[in-house]
Amino acid sequence: MKIKKLPKMIISLNKDSIPVSKEQDAVFLKNRVREVAVKIKMGLVNQTRLITAASELVRNMLRYGNGGICLIEVVSSGRINGVRLTFSDKGPGIADISQAMRDGFSTGKSLGLGLPGAKRLVNEFDIKSKVGEGTTITILKWANG
Amino acid sequence: MDKIPILRMGAFLLVTIQVDLYDRLALNLEADLVQTVNKTNAKGVLIDISAVSIVDSFMGRIIGNIAGMSKILDAETVVVGMQPAVAITLIELGLPLKGVHTALDVEKGMSLLKSMIDLSDPDEDQEAPEDDNFAE
Repeated sequence: MKIKKLPKMIISLNKDSIPVSKEQDAVFLKNRVREVAVKIKMGLVNQTRLITAASELVRNMLRYGNGGICLIEVVSSGRINGVRLTFSDKGPGIADISQAMRDGFSTGKSLGLGLPGAKRLVNEFDIKSKVGEGTTITILKWANG
Repeated sequence: MDKIPILRMGAFLLVTIQVDLYDRLALNLEADLVQTVNKTNAKGVLIDISAVSIVDSFMGRIIGNIAGMSKILDAETVVVGMQPAVAITLIELGLPLKGVHTALDVEKGMSLLKSMIDLSDPDEDQEAPEDDNFAE
């Protein structure tokens, strides 16, 4: 876990962006993420964690942001490879991010596990949001992190 | 529109999920299943998720809902065949699926269901010893 703290550059090797506007797109997206994860030899458990996190975030994007775009990147830092996913929507944005990141908080009728759960499943999690402009969430999972 | 088949096996319903679920499909399954429990008077529901590679918080909630709704309709639910990676992910996600019975495979799930139903359905057997008591 300490490895990522080293001042090594994270290089993006491969980019692919997938628009998401309906539920079936989420299935396609998850399959693409799996393909990329398999390609960099990510273990099965980490693949499952990454795809589950992606599934949570893509649902949020569909439900609250009216869809958006997911950027899939293979990244490399030194000798280790990983998959970075960036979800951007032009939805209403999140007014209070720390509240949204709390377990059990939801403005919808869900369990409120999506954002905090996704964060627990990946190595790096970054959220940026502006009310009225949209939300961008970036997650990164190392192949064996 | 995709649909997940619900098979009837005696007093039980058997559901094998073979495709990647999206939200609408899972919601339809929930509604179908609860209605079928009611219509067929089923005593048990067996859900096989061995082919499901991803269970996120929404899917987990649906599974919990199905178990809870069936319970109210007097049917037990057993989820079988969960992949180890899915179990790890569910716990890390924060979804321990409380109140859902699980078994490793369909066979073990069936015997678990039978044992649960036998325990909660021996009305006729219970009456016999009571009669004996009255006789004494």
